[in-house]
Amino acid sequence: MSVDLEHYLMVGAILFAIGLFMALSKRNFVGVLMGIELMFNAANLTLISFSRFVESVNPIDGHVFVLFVVTVAAAEAAVALAIAVLLYRVRGTVNVDEINLLRW
Amino acid sequence: MPILAEWYDFRDLGNAMGALQDQILDWGAPDWVPYVVSGIIAVVGILLWLLVSQIIFIWIERRVIGLMHNRIGPNRVGPMGLLQGVADAIKLLLKEAVTARATDKILFWAAPIAIFIPAMVVFAVIPFGEGMVLSDLNVGVLFFVAIGSINTIAVFAAGWSSNNKFALIGAMRQIAMLISYELVQVFAILGVVIMVGSMRMQDLVGWQADNDVWMFAIQPLALVAFIIAGLVEVNRSPADTSEAESELIAGFHTEYSGIKFGFFYAAEYFATFALCGVIVTLFLGGWTLWGVEEWVPGFLIFLTKLYAVFFIFIWARGTLPRLRIDQLMTFSWKFLLELMFVNILVVGLETLIWREQGYDAATVLPIFGVINWVLAIGLVFLWARMLGHGTPRTAGKRATLTQELGAIYYEGAGSPGA
Amino acid sequence: MEDTGTVVAFWTLAIMTIGSALMVAIVRNLIHAVVFLVLSFMGVAGLYITLSADFVGVAQILIYSGAISILVIFAIVLTPQAGRDNAETSMRLPAAILAVLVATMLGYAAVETAWIKCGETARLPCFPDAEGFDGTAQAIGNALLDKYILPFEIAAALMLVAMLGAIIIVRAEGTEGTAEE
Repeated sequence: MSVDLEHYLMVGAILFAIGLFMALSKRNFVGVLMGIELMFNAANLTLISFSRFVESVNPIDGHVFVLFVVTVAAAEAAVALAIAVLLYRVRGTVNVDEINLLRW
Repeated sequence: MPILAEWYDFRDLGNAMGALQDQILDWGAPDWVPYVVSGIIAVVGILLWLLVSQIIFIWIERRVIGLMHNRIGPNRVGPMGLLQGVADAIKLLLKEAVTARATDKILFWAAPIAIFIPAMVVFAVIPFGEGMVLSDLNVGVLFFVAIGSINTIAVFAAGWSSNNKFALIGAMRQIAMLISYELVQVFAILGVVIMVGSMRMQDLVGWQADNDVWMFAIQPLALVAFIIAGLVEVNRSPADTSEAESELIAGFHTEYSGIKFGFFYAAEYFATFALCGVIVTLFLGGWTLWGVEEWVPGFLIFLTKLYAVFFIFIWARGTLPRLRIDQLMTFSWKFLLELMFVNILVVGLETLIWREQGYDAATVLPIFGVINWVLAIGLVFLWARMLGHGTPRTAGKRATLTQELGAIYYEGAGSPGA
Repeated sequence: MEDTGTVVAFWTLAIMTIGSALMVAIVRNLIHAVVFLVLSFMGVAGLYITLSADFVGVAQILIYSGAISILVIFAIVLTPQAGRDNAETSMRLPAAILAVLVATMLGYAAVETAWIKCGETARLPCFPDAEGFDGTAQAIGNALLDKYILPFEIAAALMLVAMLGAIIIVRAEGTEGTAEE
């Protein structure tokens, strides 16, 4: 019984699928954002597991990539959630079904 | 250091643990059994020590604060009130743990557990002696900060599930304080890590032992900022706005009673012990004492230093008045963070010069120490002056009665009482 | 990785992570969903530790569980009560089918590809299995300041811009905005 690259990749794939489902089908704007964060995590897990198991010239590049992804995800989460708060203030709702006009 | 490395050498309990692990392997157990057994023994030992320390320190804290306030502390329960801690524990166990009807049951039940877990997990990386670290992580200090950042979620869960406006406000204020002072904590730790070159806790203690100096003498500003940030992180006075009865009843744990409140109470004490442990490891030499640790067990030296730092926290609680939330936030973002930036810059420059030129540690560290102390004292006064808080001399001059307004104002002072 | 500890840790953490992620999608209360999201982040951090990625694992706990989850919680608290029931839109069935198809495709690609794994068949040993592996913090630091210095500086500028942008977006005209971070 051993744990190999395929196991981690499967975990990443399932996490990505769950995040994709949430991002595509949640009614609340913040629910969509939670799905996006799950997708980021799945991608990071895949990157780290490749860095661990697959031969490469410079395996630490995977870890550096993940750190940059985490950084950019944090910045994106901050701006997206600020937009969510502003959206509620302007439109009165965070229901993605009702935010369907680009300009009014 | 000439430690005997036999199981009966109690100057370092890691020897006994190592002998036990070898013995278990000799009995033919699989590879993972010694680790599990030693882990369980270490965890139970740490937990027992924490509980006993907490019970004793409840009495010590209230007696010492009583002495500072020129009154007798608790002296009813047992000789000189020594059983006060036991009485508190029994009271909390026997009280009814009321759960209001409209609370969010799952979060309400889970919040005390969630706030207790970080306070305990942090003890995994604190070195009590040379072989007495439960898990000598390569990123030990960062682990301490990361686990401390989980407190925010637990505090929010407690405040939100109470279904109580005041609990929620207390929780939000507490979260704002926590995330502000996390930054100050990280920057203070960063200065130490830059100079030592490693994040492992045993390396930090080893650097201080090799250079025969405590980091406190080289980076005083980092120590002071870390103590202040730690005070706020563990929610102790003068920063306990969430426990101020006059302000918000009891903040995020208003609705909790009985053993659920006991968990919050115990978690605060355990977190304070963990913070004192990290302060001792980073800044005060850890379990070493310039060679004395060859006779006196390292963990006894460590515990003595830990209790001494805890006394400083008790001292701060008995002396300083409670700060307002906006005073605390201003202090963090406008004062401490800027000082920490300058600290990082100066420490980075010093370490760069040290490593590039290859100077000898004994000649160059005193120079760094003098520079850092002068910089620390000078910066604190200059920056406070620039922010508008004069030195205590200039405030509170003689009062002058003005004729037009009929009011009293202080002549020539800075912003009064800001 | 064959030792018992790693296998037990992997299965426990994988079940915890995937279970928590499923609960995020399923529970009917948005605050409970955020708590399960935090659990899923911690599970992923644990998986990083089993992969010998100690610095990234601890950074994951610090940044994701400690900061991004607080951001999400603030956004939920500042938005109306009506949307807090974590419901799905009418597109839930196509989205579910698409998610299952994506998972199947990724899983098939993961299992059927002949990865050039380090160790048995290839030239170099795996990075944590090489001698003198002391943890990834030193190597990451060297890489960030040597080879990836430009992305490092750009990421710093990006964080500054994002912080300023978030503050300016939420600040209402005339009154003080109260967005954290």
